Amino acid sequence: MSEFIDRSTFDHLVQLAALELTDEQAEYLLRELNNQLKAIRELEAIPLDEDVPATWHGVPYTPQISPALRGDDWQPFERPQDILAQAPQMENGYLIVPDIPHTTLE
Amino acid sequence: MELCDLPAYELTRLLRQRKISATEILASCLARIETVDGRPGSTEPGEISDEDKQTVHAFITVTDDRARAQAMSVDQKLADGEDPGRLAGVPFTVKDIFCVQGTRTTAASRILANFVAPYTATPVARMEAEGALMLGKVNLDEFTYGSSNESSAFQPCPRNPWNPQCVPGGSSGGSVASVAAGEAALSLGTDTAGSIRQPAAFCGVVGLKPTYGRVSRYGLIAFGSSLDCPGPIARNVTDAAMMLQVIAGPDAHDSTAASVPVEDYLAQLETGVRGLRIGLSPDYFKVTYPDELGEYVQQAVPQEFEAAVRRAADLLAQMGAEIIEDVPMPNTRYGIPAYFVISRVEAASNLHRYDGVKYGHRTVEPVRDLNEMYRKSRAEGFGLQPKLRILMGMYVSAAQYSEQYYQRALRVRTLIRRDFDRVFDPNGKYRLHALLTPTTPTTAFPFGAVYGDSVLMQYADQLTVPANHAGVPGISVPGGIAADGLPIGIQFLAADYQEALLLRIARSYEKASEGESWRQVKPMVLQR
Repeated sequence: MSEFIDRSTFDHLVQLAALELTDEQAEYLLRELNNQLKAIRELEAIPLDEDVPATWHGVPYTPQISPALRGDDWQPFERPQDILAQAPQMENGYLIVPDIPHTTLE
Repeated sequence: MELCDLPAYELTRLLRQRKISATEILASCLARIETVDGRPGSTEPGEISDEDKQTVHAFITVTDDRARAQAMSVDQKLADGEDPGRLAGVPFTVKDIFCVQGTRTTAASRILANFVAPYTATPVARMEAEGALMLGKVNLDEFTYGSSNESSAFQPCPRNPWNPQCVPGGSSGGSVASVAAGEAALSLGTDTAGSIRQPAAFCGVVGLKPTYGRVSRYGLIAFGSSLDCPGPIARNVTDAAMMLQVIAGPDAHDSTAASVPVEDYLAQLETGVRGLRIGLSPDYFKVTYPDELGEYVQQAVPQEFEAAVRRAADLLAQMGAEIIEDVPMPNTRYGIPAYFVISRVEAASNLHRYDGVKYGHRTVEPVRDLNEMYRKSRAEGFGLQPKLRILMGMYVSAAQYSEQYYQRALRVRTLIRRDFDRVFDPNGKYRLHALLTPTTPTTAFPFGAVYGDSVLMQYADQLTVPANHAGVPGISVPGGIAADGLPIGIQFLAADYQEALLLRIARSYEKASEGESWRQVKPMVLQR
């Protein structure tokens, strides 16, 4: 059976996903992706009438059971320092990151 | 019998009668953890010894100080004549996918190994507000991605208390293991494809996946946002009902938590099944999966699984339920292929936020720029299963494939939903109150038997995942012991928000089977 994802498509996906892989990981993941796509292929054989809509949530959200949206009011978090304490690098209230690459548009 | 082995409803009763204290309950649980759990999961585990392979390893973090403070508060309230809450003194564990303020909240992943949650998930907050004692955060498959717990970045991973050479199931493996081994009376798990019900079946406990939207997801680290359901794990149906009573209901912090009134689950629990219509479907007595060549193979579930379901149907019929045979659920077999697409798209979207900037793991390697920092941090932080889901989710939702895969999977989801609508329709041909099925196609499998084969692992959820697509509630209860000495789970499924009915049917079955000999068998780790 032919493979769905070839190595160059795979490498492109890895780059888009902001990942880096060892050769061993890449081999495993590429194999599993193609195996899963074989399983997914079963979907193609299912007869689907034109009028079958997509379902994003199994349970329908009617107006009666949908919570009202709250007002667009600012609600301060009580302990912002607990959030900031999680940051890997902070300086003077700023999150510090390495250089942000720039691309000059043509 | 130790206090830690008593049901939650019994603990609250004895506590209110002042026959025991919350502090004593806690001491009993901590002693049990000391006896059976072994060392907690760690990202630097070293070698897994033969001794490690005999213990349960449910925990990543034991929060004994927090539980002690809660126990003292409950005892103080009782001494002062105040109401200590509906779950006063009941010890529980929390799957480490829920944020609990001030605790390490890891998702069993290196990328969150150092994350300390700044707030508490709604279901946990509600349990703590009712006097429950939080014993700690328990292990799971990394980000919940698995059915065995072997993918956890925190090793040793949980082992099955019935036979530690077998997996506890997953992804709520630490949750079910802690409850089955008597370390806690209750645990808060999550179910995206069967992650409460499948491990509950593997470890001989009760696991309830509520209707999507019945329990708030606020503070739950997201996997498949349209599928994830927090829910109770307990050793008996009454305890599960007590816990759902507390955690269910609308939440201002979660716009998908539906504004549906919460029924009194306990009030209806003992009212029996007379007049209820319970269906059996041939589509749940078989599994369909691709073999090594990608050809689909159909196989009946093992005979002893069908026998356990039919035995339960007989008991319910004796109590006045009507059993409806041959209920068609023809789209059951498409649950896994559709799930492979939908859950991956949602997972990939949810995993893009881990970037080493605001929280979580950041690489210590020298990097040239921000992009390299992202790549290295994510490469070091994510295990193979999250990486697999990110790549698949991105592929099947890409513009050129979306129609073929993602949109098609969402439409197949409609067919799965219609199966349930048809059989639960009160004016339809079947008019069922519930479906009765096996929970899983096998008992717990040995470590290493399936792990690595991501397709076969996913097919472990074949009989549970349709309820997640449809959003309907389901409960797995112990239904026997197989010839291999491991528990068999049976599952009841019902229409939207019919948890009271589900619990009532499950309780009726539990009561009717109380005297059966398999009910007396205890997990191996408790026989020593």
